[in-house]
Amino acid sequence: MSRIALRADKSLWYKILHMNWGLVFLICCVTGVGIAALYSAAGGSFSPWAERQLLRFGVGLAGMLVIALIDIKIWYKLAWPIYFLGLAMLVLVEIKGHIGMGAQRWINLGFVQLQPSELMKIAVVLALARHFHGASPEDVRRIPFLVIPAIVILAPVALVLLQPDLGTALMIIMAGAGMVFTVGAPAWLFIAGIAGTAAIIPIAWQFMHDYQKQRVMTFLDPESDPLGAGYHITQSKIALGSGGLEGKGFLQGTQSHLNFLPEKQTDFIFTLWAEEWGLLGGLALLGLFALLFLYGLVIGYRCRHNFGRYLAMGISINFSLYVFINIAMVMGLIPVVGAPLPMVSYGGTSMLAALIGFGLMMSCHTYRHSKVTR
Amino acid sequence: MVKREADSGKVFTRRAFIMAGLQLAGLGVLGTRLAWLQIAQGGRYKTLSDKNRINVRLLPPSRGQIVDRFGVPLAVNVQNYRVLVVPEQTEDLEQSLHHLQEYITVDDKTIARVLREAKRTQKFLPIKIRDDLEWEEVARVEVNLPDLPGMMIDSGSIRNYPYGEATAHIVGYVGAASEKEVGTDPLLTLPGFKIGKSGIEKTFDLALRGKAGAAEVEVNVIGREVRELGRRDAVEGRRVTLTIDGEIQRYAQEILAREKSASCVVMDAHTGAVYAMASHPSFDPNLFVRGMPSDVYQELLANEGIPLTNKAIAGQYPPGSTFKMVTGLAALAAGAIDRNTSVFCPGYFDYGGNKFHCWKHGGHGRVNLRSALMGSCDTYFYKISLDTGIDKIAAMARKLGLGELLDFELNEERPGLIPDRAWKKGKLGEVWHNGETVVNAIGQGYMLATPLQLAVMTARIVNGGKAVKPTLAGFVGALGRVQDNPASLDIPERHLSLVMEGMNDVVNNLRGTAYGSRIKEPGMEMAGKTGTAQVRRITKEQRAQGVKNEDLPWKQRHHALFVGYAPVDNPKYVCCVVVEHGVGGSSAAAPLAKDLLLKTQMRNPAATLMQPEKGADENIVMPGFKPLVLDRGE
Repeated sequence: MSRIALRADKSLWYKILHMNWGLVFLICCVTGVGIAALYSAAGGSFSPWAERQLLRFGVGLAGMLVIALIDIKIWYKLAWPIYFLGLAMLVLVEIKGHIGMGAQRWINLGFVQLQPSELMKIAVVLALARHFHGASPEDVRRIPFLVIPAIVILAPVALVLLQPDLGTALMIIMAGAGMVFTVGAPAWLFIAGIAGTAAIIPIAWQFMHDYQKQRVMTFLDPESDPLGAGYHITQSKIALGSGGLEGKGFLQGTQSHLNFLPEKQTDFIFTLWAEEWGLLGGLALLGLFALLFLYGLVIGYRCRHNFGRYLAMGISINFSLYVFINIAMVMGLIPVVGAPLPMVSYGGTSMLAALIGFGLMMSCHTYRHSKVTR
Repeated sequence: MVKREADSGKVFTRRAFIMAGLQLAGLGVLGTRLAWLQIAQGGRYKTLSDKNRINVRLLPPSRGQIVDRFGVPLAVNVQNYRVLVVPEQTEDLEQSLHHLQEYITVDDKTIARVLREAKRTQKFLPIKIRDDLEWEEVARVEVNLPDLPGMMIDSGSIRNYPYGEATAHIVGYVGAASEKEVGTDPLLTLPGFKIGKSGIEKTFDLALRGKAGAAEVEVNVIGREVRELGRRDAVEGRRVTLTIDGEIQRYAQEILAREKSASCVVMDAHTGAVYAMASHPSFDPNLFVRGMPSDVYQELLANEGIPLTNKAIAGQYPPGSTFKMVTGLAALAAGAIDRNTSVFCPGYFDYGGNKFHCWKHGGHGRVNLRSALMGSCDTYFYKISLDTGIDKIAAMARKLGLGELLDFELNEERPGLIPDRAWKKGKLGEVWHNGETVVNAIGQGYMLATPLQLAVMTARIVNGGKAVKPTLAGFVGALGRVQDNPASLDIPERHLSLVMEGMNDVVNNLRGTAYGSRIKEPGMEMAGKTGTAQVRRITKEQRAQGVKNEDLPWKQRHHALFVGYAPVDNPKYVCCVVVEHGVGGSSAAAPLAKDLLLKTQMRNPAATLMQPEKGADENIVMPGFKPLVLDRGE
């Protein structure tokens, strides 16, 4: 008991020294891949993307370290307020979106355009970790106890669907469900859930927007529309495939540079990377991601308190879902949903969201011995 | 407590391992897929990547012509050759540009611009180096192309205005779209695509622009086009047929050049079709299209005659004595006078202790409306304005087209100003004084009108009181725009003909103020009214010293005006001439009007009907670009 208290009161310097620097190093490596790819996407130039991405990373990294140094108890206390703030922001974009035109998903804070749905993903993880923190295994197996988690997940999902952003909604559901599963909810629930989803797909189809239907149809048969929506997938597959084992070499990706590849700096950045660096480069990046996921799990596993365990776990699940969905999309495994590759794609909010997540994960690590009470 | 934590820890550990397994399995799937694509299928995709690919290219429409009423082109597209460079395809852009200098003249400023642009845009986009290449230069570049990697000759069309200065103010000119104008229209971002920036080019820009086409082309690895797969041709812009007669227009511009700064309008009295509208000094619109040397531009801006402004519609002048017809008609309508009402003019008019001077020192003696118009007697109109009142005079002025915008096709148009009691109360917050009525009745004081408005006023008087409106664009494509049956203004015929008798005397009576400018050709005689508008008050000292107006600095001299119509017995054409600081209406403006009306009657443009564009539908407003729908050739 006294040992824990001592640890928690160590000096700031001690905390900095004992931060999870391995994780920081991995994050820098993944971002480095992104910068190199953006430099190539601009035809061998730091402008317009690489330099700005680097700047954002610098600012985001500092923010991440600050978050990492904040006591996990404070995050525990802030879990619900952050969640409700996230919900309020989603309502705000919904109102603004009605005034503006089309699917406006961001709030302009002046210095950065904030996509509340990105931050909401972390807020859901925080709220779930907070909820499950004091729960016993028996609690978790009782269905009534799972009503609150269900509401926590579905409230933002409903708001995101209104935007309408089906991709993000599905990601929040999947990440939330993954967390509830990890915490120990009965396995039959998830089997039933998957079966139920399969059953309602035909109904959901009725309510989908034309562009969403189009994306699914195109996914099923990309060659049917080689000039339209299938163009992206086909071009992306050609770019990837033509990379071969060793790739075409840095700055040599013909497909990407001739503008056959759409949005090469955002959603299709992995394609550009794997075209130029080949299977070896692609696997190396996947390996870096695998290490990042495992870091999250290990940090969670070594945590002495449930809140930290669940939080680190949830963030790892979230991040891995992101990575999986983007890369599977550019390789033609799932429909084009328009999700960036975190830390690698050009874009402020997704990088900010990822770094906030890693900051919380590091806070779990730094304060893994803390005693978090209800 | 401890047991619970341990318990949940066990479940968590198990589930965490499952989760980790899932995550790694996901990555395994991705890795396998990547290997399958890059190794197993690699050969197939490599072939696909090297093979040709499909690209969509926008085809700009050619801009519609602007022609005069006889179909003579006033704005056309001429072939233009330019040299472009694709930075990506050069080894060293700067060196390549210096290399190009060995073949054609390219100044260092241009090279600096190209290098600047290359930094800003993507490397595979072509950048224009020079426009307007001579044939010989084209040949020299073409022959040496192997020596000039990344360079290419591109032929496009450039807008040309054959009448140059003469039509600059009405036809306008085109230019590249500004960032704000581009918006989301990809057509406007094409290099060299121009849109209307002023004049008719701007007013009917959408109709003139046409509709973009698109071509689906196969390109090879280095981006060169191999073959075309399908295309939807661009739709040429509509032709705009102006009511202008190019010859009269050119003549008008020429004769206005006798003065330092002047403008004129020649119009059909019955339809409002504008046959000529000129403003001198003018500018060469071709310079705006091809690039204006900055010293020329500075000169245009500094010129006292404001060459960039169309003074025929944007110049607002006190109408002076040309306004006397309005005062006369208002007095007749109010019953304040009849044709016999006479006033004695001793050379001044006493009112409220003030002496209002007539321009003629000795006075006109006893005059009625007709003779007062002939001699332009101020005293007569001072007197009758008091019996009529400013509000009735202003109402008549507005009826005749003064003081308000006329919905003319050029957006430079200004409204002028016709004051009345309500205006002064609202604008200046002061009560109207009768002394002001006296001054405004002879077109001074607050009164302002444009030459176009004065021409419209004249037309409405001489066409039997019809509310004719001025028109410049006779046809846009096949859509006719000239008004054929204007509404009546309800002014009694006898009032109008009385005023016209006075206007006839102005020119054709020995004692008329414009007798020296009468047309002697039988059947073509003109009638009209002179006007001399004070720019500033004549001081008592000047009057006492007898300072001549022409001795004052240019900017302080009177404006000279003339409104007229012809032929006298069957009015067809009206005209208005304003010579800025031209000192006297009869000496400076009337001679120009005489030449204009004579020339117009000789050419008699009203006898020729304008032709609609063949094959054009009436759907004239076209959006610049619509989403691609391609007819795909097999």
